[in-house]
Amino acid sequence: MTLLKTKIGRRAFIKNTSLASGGLVLGFSLLNACKPNDVKKMAAREMPKEWFEINAYLKIGDNGLVTIMAPNPEFGQGVITSMPMIVADELDVAWKDVLVEQANFNAEEYGWQFTGGSQGIRRRWEGLRLAGATAKQMLKEAAARTWQVPVSEISVSEGVLAHEGTQNSAGFGEMASLAAGLEIPEEVPLKEVKDFTIIGISKKSVENQKIITGKPLFGVDYQFEGALIAMVEHPPAFGMQLKSFDDTQVRKMPGIVDVFKIKTLEKDMTRGYFDTNAFTDLVAIVGKTTWEVMNAKKQLNAEWEPFAGSSFKMDRFGTQIDVEVPGGLESTDDHYARMNEMAAKAGTVARKDGNPNVAFKKAAKLIERTYTCPFLAHNCMEPMNFFAHVTDQGAKLAGPLQAPALTESTVAARLGVPVEKVEIELTRMGGGFGRRAYGHYAVEAALISKQAAAPIKLVYTREDDMTFGIYRPSYQATYRAALDENNNLIAFHVNAGGVPESPLFANRFPAGAVDNYLAEQWEINSNITIGAFRAPRSNFMAGVEQAFLDEVAEAAGKDPIDFRLELLERAKNNPVGENNEYDPDRLVGVLQLVREKSKWDEVPSGAHRGVSAYFCHNSYAAHVVDVIMEDNIPKVSKVVCAVDCGIVINPDAATNMAEGAIVDGVGNAMYGALSFRNGRPEQNNFDRYKIIRHSEAPKEIEVHFVENDIDPTGLGEPPFPPVFGALANALYKATGRRYYHQPFATDKPPLVG
Amino acid sequence: MATFNLNINGKTQTVDVDPSTPLLWVLRDHLNLVGTKYGCGIAQCGSCTVHLSGIAVRSCILTVSTVGNQEVTTIEGLSENGEHPVQKAWLEVDVPQCGYCQAGQIMAAAAFLENNPKPTDSEIEMALNGNICRCGTYIRIKKAVKLAVNS
Repeated sequence: MTLLKTKIGRRAFIKNTSLASGGLVLGFSLLNACKPNDVKKMAAREMPKEWFEINAYLKIGDNGLVTIMAPNPEFGQGVITSMPMIVADELDVAWKDVLVEQANFNAEEYGWQFTGGSQGIRRRWEGLRLAGATAKQMLKEAAARTWQVPVSEISVSEGVLAHEGTQNSAGFGEMASLAAGLEIPEEVPLKEVKDFTIIGISKKSVENQKIITGKPLFGVDYQFEGALIAMVEHPPAFGMQLKSFDDTQVRKMPGIVDVFKIKTLEKDMTRGYFDTNAFTDLVAIVGKTTWEVMNAKKQLNAEWEPFAGSSFKMDRFGTQIDVEVPGGLESTDDHYARMNEMAAKAGTVARKDGNPNVAFKKAAKLIERTYTCPFLAHNCMEPMNFFAHVTDQGAKLAGPLQAPALTESTVAARLGVPVEKVEIELTRMGGGFGRRAYGHYAVEAALISKQAAAPIKLVYTREDDMTFGIYRPSYQATYRAALDENNNLIAFHVNAGGVPESPLFANRFPAGAVDNYLAEQWEINSNITIGAFRAPRSNFMAGVEQAFLDEVAEAAGKDPIDFRLELLERAKNNPVGENNEYDPDRLVGVLQLVREKSKWDEVPSGAHRGVSAYFCHNSYAAHVVDVIMEDNIPKVSKVVCAVDCGIVINPDAATNMAEGAIVDGVGNAMYGALSFRNGRPEQNNFDRYKIIRHSEAPKEIEVHFVENDIDPTGLGEPPFPPVFGALANALYKATGRRYYHQPFATDKPPLVG
Repeated sequence: MATFNLNINGKTQTVDVDPSTPLLWVLRDHLNLVGTKYGCGIAQCGSCTVHLSGIAVRSCILTVSTVGNQEVTTIEGLSENGEHPVQKAWLEVDVPQCGYCQAGQIMAAAAFLENNPKPTDSEIEMALNGNICRCGTYIRIKKAVKLAVNS
């Protein structure tokens, strides 16, 4: 048992009988939606007459039902289920007696409500357990007082408090009133891993019933009496800005209420790191219905002009920096040409161990390869949108956001009101992948509502969404490896860069495993905006590093898994240098597990195998990808995946997420690309931007988790990046060609050898 | 503007809209049936799939004037409360991640199984190939369709 100091603030006793109580609302809306038979079925789960709020995360009904608040925004990673599972386990309530509500944005109550960086469960692990354990302790205290027995003699199981000596027992509901009025304990015990009753046992998503019956859940479904629809028109190319517009025709069109210009960021404003925005001057069109506004938008007569470049100040989480934005209309061909020029020069040294120059000269075998990837658009299925109602009293906003705290401050600054006047309701997100950490669309919605003096819902078309920027950057990396006459890796060199950022992680494997190591990087500035995209930078580096190591292993005449394990043995027993980011044991662990589960040495007939393993976002993932050739086209027949992300909260949902990461990896490796000509994205919808489809997805995926008692370390991103490498390695076995340029479907590498 | 009497989920609904309005926006903006989703507007992603006389169609390009008195079924009308075998299978397999595309996937699968009650894996893949899932739940979707077949 671990004793932990509680960090939960004192809360007032709330006797909540109003309909405004979320749990009641959920109950009533469910009942209203049901037919008589279902109401009968639900009678066993009758709503309580009173709720007692124990802390910000949970309230207990007088009949023992417990409402647990899910603090982080949900975009498909399952935290609306897994976070309440953590609270429920420490509380010792039966999962069937739990109702879940999505918390609104409220930093005072819920701290950092952020979805991204695979950080949700990792950062909330202790706090959520404390919320449950504290409430349980207060319920025990209430029972002890009622029965006049020592609190240490009270036992709890599935929402029932009991005292063996006096044969007393009571449900949580009976003690909730008293418990809610007690002092918050200063210290509470947390469970041992072996005592978990909910964590580690698969639960289905608490929102599935609504999803499969089409209930309003997403931002774009948000409804508000009298709300108008708004759309924005942005420049057609990066490097362009709004010059003027003529709205005479548009204003005459049916349903159109107003047309005006908005400026989402003032020029002299210090921007936050997530205020990324290439297009700050926009034309807003407000009307009664989506179709009417969509039609009017097509008829808008706007003139655009190239801009000469600009600069602004940015507060990068406390560090003030000046950002220069170059003018010019960029093209993909130019990007690749300029990346080649940069790659030919020495970069900025990020890490150097030993004497790489000398070691490379001694090489018996030298391998050098260059890899590239294009820009990618996130393409969340739900295009960007936000509801806003700005009045003199303040701003009420609702919609899909990954980082509401960062958006709220920008909204408040642009409206000229204190943050306390901005209220944000968090809706379910139709995908995120990093894109919704950049809340410019919420700022736009607020400004449009203010100007139109009406509640509005801003909606992007797919074309708006795909051409607004905030992309995964285009990268290039050149690797060199030196083998001695005994096929030992004696030197390793990576020189990586991109438009507009470097993807390098200088301290990741194989750093620490090679005596002579050099990591360099470079950058090419651009006016095309970029943003976090599922496993930023890792989503390139993992794949190319793992593809390169495959070639090095082949040149050394070694099995690719044995080769990696040999290097990891070195990194563990006699590490080179300092600051190595990864734990060699855990990387070995996933490699060994994937070797065992894939039956690495028994390649199925007709299949061709590739392997990869990578550390990122505090977790470890390894894949074995099997490719088969069908009519000369490679298809992924099976992927076996091993993940070490510490304790797994909801195993089946975690498996689903890893499956999705693998499909996403195969899709983006094979097909993903956004290209530019004269600043203009050449793909703006799914007719030209290819997303992986059913028939192209792996036929089978097996996901295995390393079983350990390590506190959760994150899962949304880690299984994604290494897919690119394992697939490239399997494609080589299947086709005799090494693929260096993503997307592989359009790469035309020569046959090797 | 023109008045249309539509047969939606077994009920007659009267709307006064421009005849060029796609059925998708009639459902979402005028009838408050928001389960049908906008994803691309050009019939490439399948998020807006509904049934027109039992056939899966993309409501984002189907103008209201062409619907006539044909029966329209949306996700809200597929069953009373999610008891259609495809919906039940979706719950059992715990298919959704973000969930945005799933109404379209379910509608496409339900119409497909009406005409092909014993499909092969590749028939399922081809029938649903027009429905994009950005989260990559394809394996679970296929599993759920097969479960629905067997129930």
